[in-house]
Amino acid sequence: MTPTKKKRFNDAYFFIIPYFTIFFTFVIALIVISVVLSFTYYDTINFPTWVGLKNYINLFTTDTDFMQYALPTTIKYALIIGPGGYIISFLMAWLLSQVSYKIRTVLAIILYSPSLTSGVLMTVIWKVTFSGDTRGYLNYFLLNLGFINEPIQYLQNTSMIFGIMIFVGLWSSMSVGFLAMLSGILNIDKDLYEAAYVDGMKSRWQEIFYITIPSIKPQMLFGAVMAVVGTFNAAGLATALTGAYPPPQLAGWLIVDHMNDFGFGRYEMGYASAMSVVLLMIVMIFYYVSHRLFGERRSRRK
Amino acid sequence: MKKNDEALRLENLRKKLIKKSRRNYRRFQGVKINPSVFHKSQIKFLLLMLPMLFITILPIIYIFSHAFKSLSELYAYPPRIFATRLTLDNFRNLILATSQTGVPFVRYIFNSVISSVLTIFLSLLIGSLAAFSFSFLKYKLKKGLFALNQLAIMIVPVAIAVPRFIVMSELGLTNNILSHIIPLLAMPVGVFLMKQFMDQVPRELYEAAKIDGANNWHIYTKVVLPLVKPALMTVAILAFQASWNNVETSSLYVDDEALKTLPYYFSTLTLGTSAIAAQGMSAVASLIIFVPNIVLFILLQKNVMNTMAYSGIK
Repeated sequence: MTPTKKKRFNDAYFFIIPYFTIFFTFVIALIVISVVLSFTYYDTINFPTWVGLKNYINLFTTDTDFMQYALPTTIKYALIIGPGGYIISFLMAWLLSQVSYKIRTVLAIILYSPSLTSGVLMTVIWKVTFSGDTRGYLNYFLLNLGFINEPIQYLQNTSMIFGIMIFVGLWSSMSVGFLAMLSGILNIDKDLYEAAYVDGMKSRWQEIFYITIPSIKPQMLFGAVMAVVGTFNAAGLATALTGAYPPPQLAGWLIVDHMNDFGFGRYEMGYASAMSVVLLMIVMIFYYVSHRLFGERRSRRK
Repeated sequence: MKKNDEALRLENLRKKLIKKSRRNYRRFQGVKINPSVFHKSQIKFLLLMLPMLFITILPIIYIFSHAFKSLSELYAYPPRIFATRLTLDNFRNLILATSQTGVPFVRYIFNSVISSVLTIFLSLLIGSLAAFSFSFLKYKLKKGLFALNQLAIMIVPVAIAVPRFIVMSELGLTNNILSHIIPLLAMPVGVFLMKQFMDQVPRELYEAAKIDGANNWHIYTKVVLPLVKPALMTVAILAFQASWNNVETSSLYVDDEALKTLPYYFSTLTLGTSAIAAQGMSAVASLIIFVPNIVLFILLQKNVMNTMAYSGIK
């Protein structure tokens, strides 16, 4: 459509170069460096030495902290927060689309507000809520209702720390993807619903599965990608909650935490890079699955 | 006679069908997405949302009331969510605590504000230039670069923290105000959202301007940018969030205390302390970080919703 001048230099490159210079330096190059460094030993002072697959072998065979804590915790966390947060986002977006404009706007802002700040920056609130003494909000509440007889040490108990991380994750799961889905639902052509009802569509469930979801598939894919990205923002949360580094019995210890520990704590950059490659693989798997679920058929041929 | 019977039967069938579709249609009338007015039938949806609303709004109420609670009330038993007496004690304590550190508090605020403003401005500029080229211009690498950008949306920034550290030190981007800005300028999501929004601009406008002798730069500044303001505002919010809430840069790349930013300073304030006074102060700190985010979002939410309508990935 647009006329192109194949004459001299195409001035389109002026528009693209500034962004892609930075994009290549801070995104693409970093991935390449990650992959290359993951095959080396690098302590930031001496030049990296090639060690082959040693980092990966160590990671999966001798690093018990990684295999017993970081990897399973990350996968478990992502499997709960990813789909869980995503389903809640969709449900909330759908429910919001059923109420009138003013109420919807206010409620959407409330639901989205946790995404405006990070769980780690809100630690003070989680500490007060889950405080182990009788002054903690949750303890006080449960004691008063008679569910428990003595205060629970939430932040000392390893399984509860993970539960609290799940809670904080769900709390902030209504992210940009939620807004995309909400906006998508609101923009569905009303004639579609009308036609379907005249044709005998009977219930809201049918409405959701035959009209709503198929109509907003592209937004749902965007939402899924954003959900996957958001899942990994919980790094450092367990440390912030418990105030201990590392947290007791490595509860809530994620791959990102393990990676930062080796990279910035012990300056084993090669080993840390191997972890970041593993992490990127996990993200890719999640992305692949969401693409299978929501992507258009023709884009699958890749 | 027989012919008449047939006609009657058909007539009846027709009436029945009309009646049925009317009934279906009437049922549809009650099921309206995006209703224009409030009706009591909507209450059930509100009730269903209640638990989630409760969870999301409580922490926000906490920080507001906590920030204004007096010390005695922070320590009161039974604990209260709402403050009965509002004081500015916590604000005073925070200022007092900050005046004891070597670097004046204003300096952190200045660093945060200047890096956020520059991040927003520069990421909008280079991002919208790239989006414009994706949407309107033709060049060889376009398809490949856009696919790459698309793929990069899912790259989690924390996953590449290690190589970023190496690149930042190699480029000399440590201990520098630019360390806060430059790594955040590559925003694949922002470019994607702006490109999608630009795709809605009629191609005729571009062609008409071309015929009138405008070059690409003029079309970009005079025609396209004014039309895609909602997308620009949305990306501005995302850039602001990324920059304003960023703790990583200050803790990893900046050693000079005078070049660190507000959220980093606040995160050190709360670390490891359980003292009651620290609790009040960190509530104030959370409040200071949170308020600009929410105010900006409330002001610009219409633009955000408008942009998100085109956010779909196919």
